[in-house]
Amino acid sequence: MKSFAARVEEERPYLLRYASLQLRDSHAAEDAVQEALVAALAGEASFAGRSNLRTWLTGILKHKIVDAIRRSSRDPEPLPETAEFDALFDETGHWGEPPAAWPENSLEQKQFFAVLEKCLAALPAKTAQAFMMREHMGFDTDEICQEIGVTPTHCWVLLYRARMALRECLQTNWFGK
Amino acid sequence: MKLTCKEAARLVSQGLDRRLGPWDWLRLRVHLLICDACTAFSRQMEFLRRAIQRLP
Repeated sequence: MKSFAARVEEERPYLLRYASLQLRDSHAAEDAVQEALVAALAGEASFAGRSNLRTWLTGILKHKIVDAIRRSSRDPEPLPETAEFDALFDETGHWGEPPAAWPENSLEQKQFFAVLEKCLAALPAKTAQAFMMREHMGFDTDEICQEIGVTPTHCWVLLYRARMALRECLQTNWFGK
Repeated sequence: MKLTCKEAARLVSQGLDRRLGPWDWLRLRVHLLICDACTAFSRQMEFLRRAIQRLP
């Protein structure tokens, strides 16, 4: 039977991918994973086989990611602009081009996720961070505002901006084809 | 009472992040009942949420 340390080490690539999606900086991601693995090994007793190892490790990693985000977001950022999306609407506030129906089966295609990751990578850093904290790590907006040091309104604007930009990017690079 | 699509799009997004106030919630429901474009937009936003949850 494999040692606990070996089983933990096997999860490193998965954790690295998870952290990279969130932090968008390979050094910061490696640091967060390293800290999580060290904490995991020290806390073996608290794992005690009570849950799935990957789930348990991901839980530890989330805390380390939040620590890294907190460290890197001390500088205030001006309220993001959403004027870029106003062009999607005409002067009466109607859609210039109505949103299309997106076929559900894209979720079964590996290539779709490659495109999605490219679209995520194209987002501005803080916008992506707020969005991934919300949608991938499942934090609520109060926690996100607190961790990245912005007001709730700023937070909703960031999330709106992320969704609109991703929607445009997916429409152009995947659904529009 | 009436919302434009531009306002409705913002409320759809906010509705994914917080419980809308009763007034905004009602205005959005009414708008979505009559607006196919915003209904499609709302489905896209739900699709996007499911897609992100499937990332590793």
